[in-house]
Amino acid sequence: MLKDITLGQFFPGNTVIHRLDPRTKLLAVVFYIAALFTAKWFVSYGLVLAFLLLCIHLSQVPFKSLVKGLRPVLFILAFTAILNLFYTPGRTLWHWWIFTVTIEGIFTAFFMLLRITMLIMGTFLLTYTTSPIALTDGLESLLGPLKKLHAPVHELSMMMSIALRFIPTLIEETDKIMSAQKARGADFESGSLIQKAKALIPILVPLFISAFRRADELATAMECRCYHGGDGRTKLHVLRYQGRDYGASAALAALLAAVIVLRQFGL
Amino acid sequence: MSNIIETKGLTFSYPQEEGEAVTLALNGVELSIERGSFVVILGHNGSGKSTLAKHFNAVLLPTGGQVLVEGLDTADEALLLEIRRRVGMVFQNPDNQIVANVVEEDVAFGPENLGVPTEEIRARVDAALRSVGMEPFTLHAPHMLSGGQKQRIAIAGVLAMEPGCIVLDEATAMLDPSGRREVLEAVERMNREKGITILLITHHMDEAVNASRVIVMDHGQVALDGPPKAVLPQVDRLRELGLTAPATVELLSRLRRDGWQVPLDALSVEDCAAAILAGLAK
Amino acid sequence: MEPIIKVEHLTHTYGEGTPFCRSAVKDVDLTIYKGEFLGIIGHTGSGKSTLIQHLNGLLRPTAGTVRLAGEDIWADPKAIRKVRFRVGLVFQYPEYQLFEETVYKDIAFGPRNMALSEEEIDRRVRQAAAFAGVREELLEKSPFELSGGQKRRVAIAGVIAMEPEVLILDEPSAGLDPAGRESLLRNIRQYHRASGNTVVLVSHSMDEIAENVDRIIVLADAGVAMEGTPHEVFSRAEKLEAAGLSVPQVTKVAMALRRLGVDIDPAVYTVGDLELALQPLRRRDAPC
Repeated sequence: MLKDITLGQFFPGNTVIHRLDPRTKLLAVVFYIAALFTAKWFVSYGLVLAFLLLCIHLSQVPFKSLVKGLRPVLFILAFTAILNLFYTPGRTLWHWWIFTVTIEGIFTAFFMLLRITMLIMGTFLLTYTTSPIALTDGLESLLGPLKKLHAPVHELSMMMSIALRFIPTLIEETDKIMSAQKARGADFESGSLIQKAKALIPILVPLFISAFRRADELATAMECRCYHGGDGRTKLHVLRYQGRDYGASAALAALLAAVIVLRQFGL
Repeated sequence: MSNIIETKGLTFSYPQEEGEAVTLALNGVELSIERGSFVVILGHNGSGKSTLAKHFNAVLLPTGGQVLVEGLDTADEALLLEIRRRVGMVFQNPDNQIVANVVEEDVAFGPENLGVPTEEIRARVDAALRSVGMEPFTLHAPHMLSGGQKQRIAIAGVLAMEPGCIVLDEATAMLDPSGRREVLEAVERMNREKGITILLITHHMDEAVNASRVIVMDHGQVALDGPPKAVLPQVDRLRELGLTAPATVELLSRLRRDGWQVPLDALSVEDCAAAILAGLAK
Repeated sequence: MEPIIKVEHLTHTYGEGTPFCRSAVKDVDLTIYKGEFLGIIGHTGSGKSTLIQHLNGLLRPTAGTVRLAGEDIWADPKAIRKVRFRVGLVFQYPEYQLFEETVYKDIAFGPRNMALSEEEIDRRVRQAAAFAGVREELLEKSPFELSGGQKRRVAIAGVIAMEPEVLILDEPSAGLDPAGRESLLRNIRQYHRASGNTVVLVSHSMDEIAENVDRIIVLADAGVAMEGTPHEVFSRAEKLEAAGLSVPQVTKVAMALRRLGVDIDPAVYTVGDLELALQPLRRRDAPC
């Protein structure tokens, strides 16, 4: 069923990682990615990997679910690995037709694979341990200074959180409309590509109409609850940095610094 | 001032396309809603009852006449937020009025917009959830709740703005019988304990039985207005207005036609049974 | 009576193998007879929507079988679409499935999927529209210009136009006002009488079920809790209330009268029946 699809799924928990301020986590991911792209050789990669594994361990997110998250990008992973493996110039190890495997190729492919895997696992860890609401709050707060430049930061984050709120509702609705059309003999499985695309019209038209109706009603309901944009708005949950946030930020900064230093030594 | 809402010569017509004749959705409505009352507004689809409801907190503005909320004119744009804070609105579709991903965040939405300080929002949210009996769901995702529960969240969201009046615009229409009962019990309690004025727009006749006042709308005008015992026994008139009398009244009126001496205003099941018992002896 | 649908040991489990695993329908046996007007009643979460989606093959049983005219509908999974033409299902709030430019085309969607000839489609659209109370002049309008009640009728006509042997309606009157509700149910009764086809009315309104059907199946806790004529079912009002359902208002009055010592059949369920049941009691007491 469509309902089983989860976007940016969140594993509720109460670990140190879960309790970190979303802003800390967002910044940490940025630092982490920077470190990952600065890393050059086994030592620095090893350091970043150790850090990732420590975070995974602390978060109590099952390692298996992180690996599962890799499945949709398996193709990209294989593709980049193969490309790097065969087309990196250097000392030839093996050659056949247009394929050349070099020692440098093997290393580049290996590091590339490691980098993408760790990149995905790290960002997934963020979404697994931070509720979508906390994420949007964190983003709004981090981008807050841009409000002075009249960037619609509040509006964007409101839009994001409403979108998140309506994803399950719209998925359920799609399910319902599909069933209703199937009950009238609609066929979504067979036929040519064009026929399949045409078969989507009976789903998309009602879905769009309903989404517009919902948007309209929601706007009225929000106005009735005195919504008038971000001016003068207060919050139920105010983000506040705690000791652990400073600790985590320091650890991340240290990691990035260490990787930069190691890079100077070619490690 | 004992009236929380007053309408004076209220007329309204929806904007029409060129060449179309003007049809009045509301045509000269004169109403005074007493503070602390429980008013049920009935009417068939298209009778103007929902249009009327949307005037009570300035979702719609009169094309003629005036609507006053505690003396504040809804046409005055400067008063808009204050009017909407005082008259809260709960709509028909529970899914389309919940803004946030977490129950407590949704209830906090109103006070957040009003700029209420954080600690007080917390207190208001907890109190509002407690009074609709949804406290155990504070941290739940709204889309996992039943229809009746979602509507109670919506009521809590309105309650957190500390309004004097709550308008339920067909808020029970999409619910099953148990959901309807949950919502009715919640608003009845609010009316009884906090003295909040309730305006319930519905076409379920049985929801009108316990009201303090029943108003029936037809063609944009008030067709009947009075206590339930005066309005609901008018079986034939209600039928003309596209409504049906409650089964108890229907039964009593048939018995009267058969020559029984029974009153028509025994609305509840118990009263009706007692009236029939008395009628048997006569 | 000849069975048209037979459900045997039907179980449906959502989310099997996950911590959220839950049986919405558990070991259900039931029979729907040819030509009857059946009512299925149950509160939200009793499994009724899961059950009815099995009857036309929208859901596949986790265990058990659904037989249509004696044959397992899943004997050939590729032919499941044919089952959907024979068992028509109208969902709750069906007006949200309308999508065509005109009412006519929307009603024709089902028949067109059946690959019928143009003349046959035309005949069916017009007949179905008449059954569902959609006036001729509305056929060329856009369905989105219609009122809520009219849209609902168009959606129902869209299923009737497939001329299904069994027509299942899930809460067809939800959200309509009393007059709209009465008139829609009148149309459904007329359709049942004129076509002679089986009609299944799914509802949580006892009053609505009581006034329309020949036989009732009560669902509770993922299974069949009671089955029988309205009289048989309403005579066990206490059991109904235990299943989280209320009895019709009229039955409540009769029960209250019994509590007051009046010797009356507590299983009356329409105003007319209670009126008739009360007459002899009075004549005996006071002849006038």
